[in-house]
Amino acid sequence: MPLSPEEVAHVATLARLGLSDEEKRRIGAELDLILEHISALQRADISDVPETAQVGNLVNVWREDEPAQSLHQEQALAEAPDTDGQYFKVGAIQE
Amino acid sequence: MTMQTVHGGVAAGYEAVIGLEVHAQLLTRSKMFCPCSAAYTKAPPNGNTCVVCLGMPGVLPVINREAVEMTVRTALALACEIPAFTKFDRKNYFYPDLPKGYQITQYDLPLSLNGHLEFSLDGERTRCGITRVHLEEDTGTMQHAGDVLQEATSSLVDLNRAGVPLMEIVGEPDLRSADAAREYLVRLRQILMYIGVNDGNLEQGSLRCDANVSVRRVGATELGTKVEVKNMNSFRAVHRAIGYELQRQVGVLEAGGALVQETRGWVETRGATISQRSKEMAHDYRYFPEPDLPPLQLSRETVEEIRAAIPELPQARAARFSEQYGLSAYDASLLTATQADADAYEAVVSAGVTAKVAANWQMGDVAALANEHHLALAESGLGVAGLAALLELVESGAINGPTAKELLTELYVGGGDAAALVSERGIGRVSDQSALATIVDQVIAANPQACDDFRGGKTQALGRLVGQVMKATGGRADAALVNSLLRERLSG
Amino acid sequence: MTTAGLTAAEMAAALRRGEVTPRQLLDDARAQVDRLDGSLNAFLARTDELADRQALRAAEMLRADAPAASPLCGIPVALKDVLCVEGYPTTAGSRILDGFRPPYTATAVQRLLDVGAVPVGKTNCDEFAMGSSTENSAFGPVGNPWDVERVPGGSSGGSAAAVGAGMVPISYGSDTGGSIRQPASLCGVVGYKPTYGRMSRYGLIAFASSLDQVGPFAHTVADAAAAYVAVAGHDPRDSTSLPDDVDDPGALLQRGVAGMRLGVPREYMGEGLEPGVRARVTEAIAVLQKLGANIEEVSLPSTDLGLSTYYIIAPAECSSNLARYDGVRYGRRVERPSLTDTLMRTRGEGFGNEVKRRVMLGTYALSSGYYDAYYRRAQKVRTLIAREFDAVFESVDALVCPTSPKVAFTQGAIQDPIQMYLNDALTIPVNLAGLPGISVPCGFSDALPVGLQVIAPRLCDARVFQVAGAYEQATGWHARRAPMVAAA
Ligand SMILES: [Mg+2]
Ligand SMILES: [Zn+2]
Repeated sequence: MPLSPEEVAHVATLARLGLSDEEKRRIGAELDLILEHISALQRADISDVPETAQVGNLVNVWREDEPAQSLHQEQALAEAPDTDGQYFKVGAIQE
Repeated sequence: MTMQTVHGGVAAGYEAVIGLEVHAQLLTRSKMFCPCSAAYTKAPPNGNTCVVCLGMPGVLPVINREAVEMTVRTALALACEIPAFTKFDRKNYFYPDLPKGYQITQYDLPLSLNGHLEFSLDGERTRCGITRVHLEEDTGTMQHAGDVLQEATSSLVDLNRAGVPLMEIVGEPDLRSADAAREYLVRLRQILMYIGVNDGNLEQGSLRCDANVSVRRVGATELGTKVEVKNMNSFRAVHRAIGYELQRQVGVLEAGGALVQETRGWVETRGATISQRSKEMAHDYRYFPEPDLPPLQLSRETVEEIRAAIPELPQARAARFSEQYGLSAYDASLLTATQADADAYEAVVSAGVTAKVAANWQMGDVAALANEHHLALAESGLGVAGLAALLELVESGAINGPTAKELLTELYVGGGDAAALVSERGIGRVSDQSALATIVDQVIAANPQACDDFRGGKTQALGRLVGQVMKATGGRADAALVNSLLRERLSG
Repeated sequence: MTTAGLTAAEMAAALRRGEVTPRQLLDDARAQVDRLDGSLNAFLARTDELADRQALRAAEMLRADAPAASPLCGIPVALKDVLCVEGYPTTAGSRILDGFRPPYTATAVQRLLDVGAVPVGKTNCDEFAMGSSTENSAFGPVGNPWDVERVPGGSSGGSAAAVGAGMVPISYGSDTGGSIRQPASLCGVVGYKPTYGRMSRYGLIAFASSLDQVGPFAHTVADAAAAYVAVAGHDPRDSTSLPDDVDDPGALLQRGVAGMRLGVPREYMGEGLEPGVRARVTEAIAVLQKLGANIEEVSLPSTDLGLSTYYIIAPAECSSNLARYDGVRYGRRVERPSLTDTLMRTRGEGFGNEVKRRVMLGTYALSSGYYDAYYRRAQKVRTLIAREFDAVFESVDALVCPTSPKVAFTQGAIQDPIQMYLNDALTIPVNLAGLPGISVPCGFSDALPVGLQVIAPRLCDARVFQVAGAYEQATGWHARRAPMVAAA
């Protein structure tokens, strides 16, 4: 069944995507088509088939606990849209 | 304060159901997934970061092996099972202190499961189940201009802490009072410090505790509405917050009200929990397997190696102490409070000092001095060996108690060789025959009455004479020797 | 007389004969870019200072020990703009990263710098590598060297066009569902997607972590092999990179396919193929048969599920990978009074349509109540698809089939997302199974290039080059250049 406008709005909020009403309507419709197209998945026989999350067949990949030089403060902040010279600066949290 | 908060229980007819969720930063050298230092407080803000923990485009995490081993060590110390297969997952949510927009944590296949922690509460054995111990990464920290979040105009983000290895220890809702909750946390902290995985600092947040608190009618089987309590930065806060919350919930129910499932923050200054109900940005963490990290398969051998390296834990050690050194359960638990205390005690005893004597001194004068100077015995000028040497002088009779006390106080901070000082100051016990004999003769000459009384059978008169000799020697005379000298002369 | 349009091997030989210098090769490459990029828009940024430095360094290396120098030493290359280069703009084709200059360099790029390759610039691509036409770039579409009105394919369209137009002999892209092979096919060049884990992803801006691989474009299979060897191999910074050593395909390139068993998957030759594509690929298979390969039809029954599986897994991973673009630490930010509104606007305005569509799809597929029906299911079907490949590789050494069902289409011609997604139907299963795959030119349809895809088992990268190389040497397609390559 197609996504309700509420579902689309909820998903957009989860993804923190500010969408215009027109975008919500259009993307909602496109999602319906895509979900319809991929509904073939629901018919696949996957009884006792394991899940594949990765294809490298690797396990226990780790590093030894050795610290290394970090960036300097100014390097860390260099690309930030807003700082106070020491911290990343963001607007007030009103949640 | 009513009886209920004193004992941290709930009003008659109700039962408290409490489960603690503890987050503990691991004492690794580097962060969980990048080589930045895990000692994040030393650097200037954001000066302990790299492209990985800043969540720059294109970076990838690499697991810190030591963090995995510390978590397994903890899990084993808490009697958990270690599954053969475990993996990391992504927990997706947005917050400025979470650089990647997801936290790498463990969801459905944690490093460990089904453990428990036992402790005694008012002399009763209590057991709290441990649901799981898993490994994840810490977030950064934020400061809000205007300390009340709601009134803040802007916020500052420091990512020095982002990516520090963090262990989550989820307890079962088996705790039935604030006292039990506090004791559980005390014992858990003690174990984490014993096995060297955490520094136990609740105030600075390297050890953090949230509580899930609910109440239900006695006999009820289904759980009441659960409230999550946060911002408890000390044992006292944990105890008070849970006590308050239990009372609040009972109060609501007694007033015929209904409880809301919510998160409440403990506000020390108000001595109350207040709702942190946020403008509901619906939470749906969309966990899924972390594609950047292959899973872990810990062999039995690896797990057993880690188990073998676990030191004797506080409870076992306390039990052994009372067994081996004939100490009361109370003394034993005091002496095993920290690994340092327990090690010091055993060092002193193995140096030849009688177990009981070592215990009394360490729990008494030594503990007092340690408090007074905020200086543990091991770090003090005296040191563990120094204490052993001093107590040996006492036991050999070379010095008496009061002298030993004076020396202890002096040496604790300043340090020095007790034996040397004793001889140099001539404050040793007077047990030289001829020296005492002269004093004894003087005392006999000066106390004819007492002597006659003794000869007349009033044996207690001897006590007065001994007292006089002691007086004359500044209490340092060997009482036994004085006794025999007097008897010998008076029965002559 | 310019060196533009030569193969890397030809340039390397000229360098060693002392006929050209790295500097001249760089100047020729720049001249070709200056002449053609106005109509192609293949480059988003030039890395001039770095290129100048590398040209000098390469000259040094060649002077010091030419025989030991890498075949890429002194060779101009281009880098898809999803590869981080310290200090140079890296946008992934997105407005949200406009002006971003990473403080570090991708491992793949570092390895190129270490062997003396000369990076000319960063190439245009679909935003965050999401697309099959490079029309989703925030910085304008890319033209196809064979017909600038048509798309070069995508998402690595800029890298494919840069080689196709003779700007550089070698470029690098990334392939998550066909993003190297499909544009290679549409631009008439070789495009190679290695076994998953062969190439480090450290410094590659992530689209879908479990599918992304870096890979090269070139005029010839030999150049592609050299470009692969220069970058492949274990990287401790990428936990998914494979520890095993890389076997050099060089030796196999001349070996031919006599006696090899090559499978043609029935499902890859089904309807949906343009007649011209079917004809060229059928001819190519006949050539391989003439060369002594045993051709047999095989079946990969779950092929049609590949697209569906991919369009759950890739968006799910990307919805998480793109969460870091929040305008706090880097990138563009749209200020609003509250933090939440700032975040919503920053992402709402910073991302383009295709990215928003996939982030929405992936967020939905992972959200509570839908995970099992979509994501978990897709992961299981992914297993089925991988197992079917394993099964056919019991009976054949490699698979040959079309790369793209279509030749290059006109810009703007495909509006329907699903029609666009179908362009990758024949390349996606290879990523889902983590296999190596190549697209090699196999002729033309209506004067537009067609590509032959060769697929081998995991870790059998060398075998892919062996089959593609044998085909290439039996035909002349690799020598063809788009008319625009030669100066007017
Ligand atoms: Mg946690
Ligand atoms: Zn770091």
